[in-house]
Amino acid sequence: MLLTREEEGMLAGREGRATQKAMQILVALGKIYDAKRLVRVSSVQVSGVSYKNLGDAGLEFLDDLAEDGRARVKTTLNPAGMSLTDWEAQGIDKRFAEKQLSVIDAYRRLGVEISCTCTPYLAGNEPRFGEHVAWGESSAVAYANSVIGARTNREGGPSALAASLTGRTPLYGLHLTENRAPTLAVDVDALLASPEDFSAMGYFAGKLVKDGIPIFRGVRRANLEELKTLSAALASSGGVAMFHIEGLTPEYDLGGRTAEAVTFAQNDLEETNASLNDEGTPDFVAVGCPHCSLAEVAELAGLLDGRKVRGEFWICCSREVKRQSDEAGYSQVIVGSGAKFATDTCMVVAPVEELGFKVVATNSAKACHYLRNAGLRVRFMPLQECVAEATRSP
Amino acid sequence: MKIKGRAIFEGKAEGTALVSSSPMSFYGGVNPETGEVTERGNELLGQSVKGKVLVFPNGKGSTVGSYVLYRMAKNGVAPCAIINAKCETIVAVGAIISEIPCVDNVDISKIVSGDRVRVDGATVKF
Repeated sequence: MLLTREEEGMLAGREGRATQKAMQILVALGKIYDAKRLVRVSSVQVSGVSYKNLGDAGLEFLDDLAEDGRARVKTTLNPAGMSLTDWEAQGIDKRFAEKQLSVIDAYRRLGVEISCTCTPYLAGNEPRFGEHVAWGESSAVAYANSVIGARTNREGGPSALAASLTGRTPLYGLHLTENRAPTLAVDVDALLASPEDFSAMGYFAGKLVKDGIPIFRGVRRANLEELKTLSAALASSGGVAMFHIEGLTPEYDLGGRTAEAVTFAQNDLEETNASLNDEGTPDFVAVGCPHCSLAEVAELAGLLDGRKVRGEFWICCSREVKRQSDEAGYSQVIVGSGAKFATDTCMVVAPVEELGFKVVATNSAKACHYLRNAGLRVRFMPLQECVAEATRSP
Repeated sequence: MKIKGRAIFEGKAEGTALVSSSPMSFYGGVNPETGEVTERGNELLGQSVKGKVLVFPNGKGSTVGSYVLYRMAKNGVAPCAIINAKCETIVAVGAIISEIPCVDNVDISKIVSGDRVRVDGATVKF
């Protein structure tokens, strides 16, 4: 791989140990994936924040790196394993909380913005069309590539961090136009009436396309919330890092004929919905996977106004959206109902299985996927039904 | 026998080969405290990778696996070297941050568990 003089210097350790380690990671990845050179990135989204996933190993690594490492480009952070301010009210164990706060402290020393969200594009990290970025968090990767038209591979925690500490990433994969064309067409012959229908469609298509690039045909409109949940679902049942919607997303006409086509019919939608529903009455309701937008928080405030929540109801969002919700007056209504904001975190990365819940109701196919992996039972239902479930008389 | 591969993380190491013919996941597949393989269905189940030249086709599973390798190295139970047929991101990153010599592009079918193996940069001798 061709390195500039400055990059050679980083690799030789002239800019410190952390930068050297970061450059070693990028050069090795470049070698593995046959990149000809590195490319500058305009922003980074770092995954690998929850102590539940990092463990002491990850914490030690971040602490070591923070000794002389420093972010060179705008770098935002994935959700943590708890709310950084209200973890006690969430029932989080004190030892876990201390470890989680140490992880956050290491990231702060590295110069990473403590945004703690999987929707950085709703919290100030908004790349423009065609920009190279290095993002972790699979749902944000799919959103950035597909909806914004920025360019990123699916980064893991260390490779995203390496991009942040050097401001670069190896030029391969989805950074190159020729790798962004669709590989499978999905003809949509189902009525998509809500974000949950897009979520189910993504879950269905992700399984079929695996780590390829689907193009959806026959979808006439899709709003931000629908595209956000579609991105997440595609990246959870499959390894999708990019999709297209004919006539809607910015690079759908990249050329290249997709040989294969499948249909997503009404019965596929119904079967996918049914496949995401286990037995049992929910003892925990959680929405906001990916993190709620302000519009979703507004809708929730409208639905919860004058009602009382029984049991545990989490509304997961970024601290940025929470701040906007405070200003708009939605938070007061929501908290007044007994629902809880779960800012900085979510039902997937918080240790919910240790909080004693058994059956989770949620409006996200991605959340269903990961909660099942964690041993919980799930009920997949639209946002309005989640609210009805949370406010149902016993 | 001497094979020239591709150095993912350059270094020198010598040890006994431990060969898995199937891909390995470190997250959930290896105990970071003991170095013991815990993945059901893997032929190395119950064996320790500590101090071994660990040979397997490629990594798989969660990217958290890179951190598991790091933790194994800190605990002194990591392999002394890694040889892959085709290295991928998880193992490459894990080897680099843990400073474990790592070589790929090697025909691993030639190596058998118990072989004495020496790794030096991109070269594998056994």
